Amino acid sequence: MIETREPILKVRDLAVEFTLGSNGLFGGKKILRAVKGVSFDLYQGETLGIVGESGCGKSTLSRAIIRLLPATAGEAVWLGRDIQKMNSNELLDLRKDIQMIFQDPLASLNPRMTAGDIIAEPLKIHMPNIGKAERAVRVAEMMQKVGLLPTMINKYPHEFSGGQCQRIGIARALITNPKLIICDEAVSALDVSIRAQVVNLLMDLQKELGISLLFISHDIAVVRHIAQRIMVLYFGEVVEIGEAEQVTMDPHHDYTKRLIASVPVPDPKVEMERREERRRLRKAAAKAA
Amino acid sequence: MPGLTGKDQVLTDYANKLAVLDAPKGRSLTQDALRRLSKNKAAVVSIGIVVLIILVAFIGPYFVPWGYSEVDWTSIRKPPDFDKGHYLGTDQNGRDMLARVLQGTQMSLIVAAVATVVSVTIGVVYGAVSGYFGGRVDSLMMRFVDVMYALPYILFVIILVVMFGRNPVLLFVGIGAIEWLTMARIVRGQTLSIKEKEFIEAARASGAKPFAIIMRHIVPNLSGPVVIYATLTIPEIIIAESFLSYLGLGVQEPQTSLGTLISAGAPVAEVLPWMLLGPAAVLVTLLLCLTYIGDGLRDALDPKDR
Repeated sequence: MIETREPILKVRDLAVEFTLGSNGLFGGKKILRAVKGVSFDLYQGETLGIVGESGCGKSTLSRAIIRLLPATAGEAVWLGRDIQKMNSNELLDLRKDIQMIFQDPLASLNPRMTAGDIIAEPLKIHMPNIGKAERAVRVAEMMQKVGLLPTMINKYPHEFSGGQCQRIGIARALITNPKLIICDEAVSALDVSIRAQVVNLLMDLQKELGISLLFISHDIAVVRHIAQRIMVLYFGEVVEIGEAEQVTMDPHHDYTKRLIASVPVPDPKVEMERREERRRLRKAAAKAA
Repeated sequence: MPGLTGKDQVLTDYANKLAVLDAPKGRSLTQDALRRLSKNKAAVVSIGIVVLIILVAFIGPYFVPWGYSEVDWTSIRKPPDFDKGHYLGTDQNGRDMLARVLQGTQMSLIVAAVATVVSVTIGVVYGAVSGYFGGRVDSLMMRFVDVMYALPYILFVIILVVMFGRNPVLLFVGIGAIEWLTMARIVRGQTLSIKEKEFIEAARASGAKPFAIIMRHIVPNLSGPVVIYATLTIPEIIIAESFLSYLGLGVQEPQTSLGTLISAGAPVAEVLPWMLLGPAAVLVTLLLCLTYIGDGLRDALDPKDR
């Protein structure tokens, strides 16, 4: 069924390189290749999970897709237009269609603005001609939708809990009716019970609004829960991409196997056996390297 | 359009309902800071004294029997004399010292206020732009600041005075044009750290323009260091003004400032001590209080740093 549809986002051989400052006067410049030729498709209404360890280029990839960072090679095509070649008007449209949710719930909200102002900001940028009254109404509706009380509109971020802050972040991302939301480690900073709530909220909203999600995380367990397809990144390269079921139950690549083996299981007996398994995988990886 | 569907009417009603809906006001960071400041006794007393000095300096002259340039031929170089209304004595020209101290305080306060506003405005905008854009723009803008720093400001003011003649406005410009340099450096440093925060990235991702980001997200978050530095700039400017007036580059006779009064009183301190004591007491009190307020603000705005 998926094959017959046209993807909304096509990424082809996207690469991002950083030039590190030369050390000393005569030291040569070093080039850090953070993302090395990543390709994937994303379809309307689907969730693609991107997993990998810290520093493997997940966040860099997401920022290069929406042009917060310049890509050095390759292309990202959004609805048939290359994002790297967009002019400022097209880019503004893109910013309306693709929104982002960030890792640190509190740090991603301006401490000097009220919750209402924070949620309303994308509206002011993208729909400047709707009136103040309508804006207030939309903000109030959105707050209800993400599980916040509209009476909290005048509160400041430091008066909310971490989970509530992340809900504000989600409301801000949803207010412009985007087609794609990039969740960059959106639940990693939350504790386990709140994490489940926020993940379920994201899944409900996705079902209701038909948006696509690019869900980035280092935690393959969370990704397996939310994503239909999973892409595994390792040192800036795609090592495995496929249906969530297949990637988690029958991983092909050694790195994926190790990632899955590292997920803790709440049963000490099983955990003992898995420790053996992890040791074996590590040895195999060491021998290969 | 609005009359066609009545949509606006319905929406407005709903919005009004939301407004009266009990939406409690949040505690902003500024309110937090003010509450902490109000618990600092030294700062509160200092604020009281500074406000008192300002009020007296601006309202006082209307209630003093003598004008600041009025000469009383019957009492020249006289100590305080309550019968004639010379409560702080008179100077060598028979002018009432109290009236002159009030006028001098007024002048010093105006210079300080205007020069501070000028330096804060230029410094914040310059520093925020430089820090936010970074890279080549930043290097270029900061090298200009370095060059300005290297220029002795006395030279700068002397050039201005020679070109445009003596004029209090020139004093504001000259001092303000020098004081903003430090402000710009402080603001740039702060901006560099703020712009890496996630909420700036969030604003960029939702399509905010650089100018909007600087004005809405960076500048409000700079208020802490800016307010602190501004309160500490005021005494600096008062001293700079006193120094320039002492050299004869500042305020012109018969107008006066605290610096001019002190420079006139210093040589005769042994024979006519009242000529030095009055203005010196006001200057010292003012500087001390402003320093206490600056300290109090620093503790209140940045409770982590204590």
